[in-house]
Amino acid sequence: MNHKVHKVDLCESCAQAKGVTDPSGFSLADLLLKASLNPEPDTVTGLRCEQCGFTPEEFKKTGRFGCPQCYETFTDIVSPMLDNMHKGTVHVGKVPERALLRKQLHDRLHNLETSLSEAIKSERYEDAAKFRDEIVQVREEAGLAPTPTS
Amino acid sequence: MPLSIDNLISARAELTDNSSTKCPVVLMTRIRLARNLASHNFPGRAQAVERREVFAQCREAVMATKALKRGVSMAVNELEPLHRQVLVERHLISRELSNSSEGAGAIINKDQSVSVMINEEDHLRIQVLRNGLQLKRAWNAIDTLDTALEGTLDYAFSPRLGYITACPTNVGTGMRGSAMMHLPALVIAGQMEKVVRAVNQLGMVVRGLFGEGSDASGSMFQISNQTTLGESEVDIVKRLQNVLQSIVDHEMNARAKLLETNPAKLPDKIGRAYGVLKHGHIISSSEAMNLLSLVRLGVDLGYFPDELRTGIDRLFIEAQPGHISHRSGQKNLNSEQRDELRATHLREEFANFTTPGYASAVGEN
Repeated sequence: MNHKVHKVDLCESCAQAKGVTDPSGFSLADLLLKASLNPEPDTVTGLRCEQCGFTPEEFKKTGRFGCPQCYETFTDIVSPMLDNMHKGTVHVGKVPERALLRKQLHDRLHNLETSLSEAIKSERYEDAAKFRDEIVQVREEAGLAPTPTS
Repeated sequence: MPLSIDNLISARAELTDNSSTKCPVVLMTRIRLARNLASHNFPGRAQAVERREVFAQCREAVMATKALKRGVSMAVNELEPLHRQVLVERHLISRELSNSSEGAGAIINKDQSVSVMINEEDHLRIQVLRNGLQLKRAWNAIDTLDTALEGTLDYAFSPRLGYITACPTNVGTGMRGSAMMHLPALVIAGQMEKVVRAVNQLGMVVRGLFGEGSDASGSMFQISNQTTLGESEVDIVKRLQNVLQSIVDHEMNARAKLLETNPAKLPDKIGRAYGVLKHGHIISSSEAMNLLSLVRLGVDLGYFPDELRTGIDRLFIEAQPGHISHRSGQKNLNSEQRDELRATHLREEFANFTTPGYASAVGEN
């Protein structure tokens, strides 16, 4: 342009020298992570995820959590970080309906089984029969084989 | 296993055999979803036993889906380093996965438009590729596959935070949509810095051809969404589509302006690139990318027939170091040997190319 010759060699160093790549764009997420974590360590010392044993220090080192439970354990750290990092704070996208339904049914089944054994223990046989029927129904809904009840 | 990979490489692929002419500035669209199993530690934290367990469970679920029923399944630690490199160069697995240990692997369909990585940063990284700018189609395909997987796998999901991922930058949709864009005129005109800044301000990221930290050889850039929480997948796709379209318009304007202000400059660059590709004897991979980029621009401007674009897009992949070594059948080539073999391959390919006619006018695509 303007009758000048512009050389265009786009190896990494040239590209950076020419401002073709913008390092701040590459590491924006990391910067935000560090910025939001900096004031944290003192207040959270000793905190550890019960599920996987992860600590905030390990998170600071790797930028990754250890297990899904970490999001609950470290909610005080996670929440402000997500606020800075994302467009919103609440998920508005796709929901895994079938996986969630399966989980609900399993949780319900677990509760019914607990109730059933408690009812039997305290000789509340009418309740026990009711729970047993419900269990059969839930197992059917969940696509599981009916359990032998005796 | 090696036989499967060789078959895969020689098969017709979405990216190397179906180049899109509708929007030549965009080479490829890619969408990936990060997913994890609810009751397991993330791969970075899991011990070998748990990683193997997750691999087996995910593999079974993935192989049962329609999209990957006849796919090639591979465990990374059973792959030769050269095969891993070839898969990275074809964008089918990430560098991170290629360096992984036990319990990491991938399942890839025959035309290489769908690939699922297991035990990368997350338990599952589902990826769909499409040539050209096809974000909506890619989303529909990946949505169907993801729904099929959810039929058997219990995903880690929270109603408030969405899909739970190892890195908080991915929670919510776990979705990253990206397009590989060829932007030679914006680079020549020195406007890329401005574009990168504008794109960043819109919550998008610009990277090189091979993701984070890679360079922009061949004027190739990956543009993707940065945020994943607080916006639906469909809205992310829409927003990305608008940003990409506006970059395409800027690139086309820059091309027109370059031809207007200095009509001989672009044909000169393109003609020289064509000459080196047709007659060179030593060509590094970075040089090959830059030369191919200029000839691709030549196709867009009408100096070469449109059909050649597919061949050039294939050469972008075949000129990579792993592909050159794989083609030669020799494992331990040094870079000088590769540079000679690369030049030979390019000479052979370009011997069949039509001689350019420079009379054609501005790329009006």
